[in-house]
Amino acid sequence: MTGLNIENLSMRFDLPGGGSVQALKDVSIDLKAGELLSVLGPSGCGKTTLLNIVAGFLAPSGGVMTLNGHKITGPDAERGMVFQQGALFEWMSVRENVGFGPSMKGMPKNEKREIVDHLLDVVGLQDFKEKAVYELSGGMQQRVALARCLANDPDVILMDEPLGALDALTREKMQSLVLKLWKETGKTIILITHSVEEALLLGERLIVMAPRPGRIHKEYRLPFAELGVNADLREVKKHPDFAVKREEILNMIWDMEEEIMGTAEADA
Amino acid sequence: MIILGIYVGIFVASYFIIGKLVSAARGSDYTSLKTVTFGDESTVRPNRWAGIISVLTIFLLWAMFTGSSLIPRFLHAPGPFEGETSFTYTVSANGQTDDATVTAIVHDREEDPDLPEIDPGDGIAKNDIIKVAQWRNQLVQFDRNDEVKRADGAEIIAINGQMVSPGDEVQVNGGSVTISDKGTPNFEPSRGWQMEPLYLPSPEAVVERTWKVANEGFRGTSLFGHLGWSLFRVIAGFVCGAIVGIPLGYAMGLSDWFRGWFDPIVEFMRPVPPLALIPLVIIWAGIGEAGKIILLFLAALWIMAIAARSGVSGVKISKVHAAYSLGASKWQIMRHVIIPNSLPEIFTGARVAMGVCWGTVVAAELVAAEKGAGMMIMVASKFQNTDIVLLGIILIGVIGFGIDMLMRAAERMLVPWKGKG
Repeated sequence: MTGLNIENLSMRFDLPGGGSVQALKDVSIDLKAGELLSVLGPSGCGKTTLLNIVAGFLAPSGGVMTLNGHKITGPDAERGMVFQQGALFEWMSVRENVGFGPSMKGMPKNEKREIVDHLLDVVGLQDFKEKAVYELSGGMQQRVALARCLANDPDVILMDEPLGALDALTREKMQSLVLKLWKETGKTIILITHSVEEALLLGERLIVMAPRPGRIHKEYRLPFAELGVNADLREVKKHPDFAVKREEILNMIWDMEEEIMGTAEADA
Repeated sequence: MIILGIYVGIFVASYFIIGKLVSAARGSDYTSLKTVTFGDESTVRPNRWAGIISVLTIFLLWAMFTGSSLIPRFLHAPGPFEGETSFTYTVSANGQTDDATVTAIVHDREEDPDLPEIDPGDGIAKNDIIKVAQWRNQLVQFDRNDEVKRADGAEIIAINGQMVSPGDEVQVNGGSVTISDKGTPNFEPSRGWQMEPLYLPSPEAVVERTWKVANEGFRGTSLFGHLGWSLFRVIAGFVCGAIVGIPLGYAMGLSDWFRGWFDPIVEFMRPVPPLALIPLVIIWAGIGEAGKIILLFLAALWIMAIAARSGVSGVKISKVHAAYSLGASKWQIMRHVIIPNSLPEIFTGARVAMGVCWGTVVAAELVAAEKGAGMMIMVASKFQNTDIVLLGIILIGVIGFGIDMLMRAAERMLVPWKGKG
């Protein structure tokens, strides 16, 4: 049994002042090996909580998660994570950052160097490998983060809005890179984003979540990621279906936001 | 007041003069092109000229008001009177009056000139001669050689022809004469505006004394011995404090039990100035080396513990999460994430701790020590060797500054990622 299996995941925790929060309720996802899933939703819908639970940083209050048949209980090298920003180790050079996972495993030096060199080639940072990470631009830093994650050869890559802090142009380039890496490495990827376009472009599958409690609202299976592997992403966006889906999802999220505002006003 | 006036005068004058001279040589780098400078702190860079003039001004004032031979005479503040002067007094006794002259020889404190013979003159009052050291005063026993004595009712009624009674003061050439309550004139040579060497020795005197102390030592220990002992205590105390404090801080940052256990102690001890511990440490450990090192250990301990603790709590959780999901063990996270991430904080703490230790060691030596920079200035002050006191203060300042510079350089070299996270 391969792939990531999430069954009836719930997350409920008590607040210090009394009362409790239902962050996630009955979330079930079945992800086959090599699938690319993007998770979209308004803020507060529990998407980051979901990712943290899958990564093993949080224990769910209910439900079961298995990866390739065994239960997920804590963080592990089989599930790599790419953070939004600031998760690189600034006391290490680019090369040392990328080689961090292999070093921790005690991999022999020459083997490690091969992996690191290869990945730096893939993300286009071969010329920067001796630089300190704080000397790189935001986009380059995220490439390092991607390479660092891949160097560990995880089964699943979890991305928590990895491109959220980048400018539009860099972001587009990085989106292409993510698709390329997905196709080349065949990794299972879960990508959290708040950008509808990004979710559509990078999601072979797309889950829209709804807040209060965080739950799966709607699920899509999309052709755009497959198209984007070989074509310019701007061409993909011109696809007639793309605009239709974007409108549909935007409206869906608008409705959710309005509902939240409505209840907030009613509360007040 | 005069000194302050001159200081402010030099400050303002040099501002305008340098402003005129240097205005043309404005740089062309990015900051120089900023038009909004008032309120933009980044454009306020210390003016190098102001720095040079500031230091020179301090030495100039010091030299001016101590009559230093390092600067030309015309720059000296008016000095104390030196040489020969005279005033006359008028004695009245039994209805008779007569004038006599007092010749005063004002000499340097280091010298002791012989008094020349003088012509005693006529009349019932005879001329006198006295010698006075600068900055001192001298009672004139005028009736010593007069034909009428005070016991016979002789009394001074005028100085330089000016009528006086006991308690009055008369300005005379080169000083002033005060009539004491018992009617004896007291001559005080004018002090001028310069500082008495006893209170403020001239720069060259301090330099000379520095050489002397450096060559001969002070109280059985060489100058470098004194400074070396102080430095040794600081380093020993600081190293002990760091060896205990840093792991303690890490433990407090990583374990709730340690945090709960030591928080009250650390938070209580932190605001207690190390100087307040001196009496207790002396009671417990005596005035020897152990007591001083314990004191400095206590001074450094809390600072280092707090620095290490905040270094740990300053680790971004995403870095720790990233390391875990890259397969690092707890120990590897400690070694590769938490320690390097906390190093900048620890360096900042170390700089503060070294500064506090240096201040504390001097204070502790002031209280009791056989060797050390603080002991040197304390003993020197008891013997009014102001030059050694000044020398000690200057060296203490220079060393403290040097320590800070070294720590900064080490920080730049060892933790170049500081503030870049």
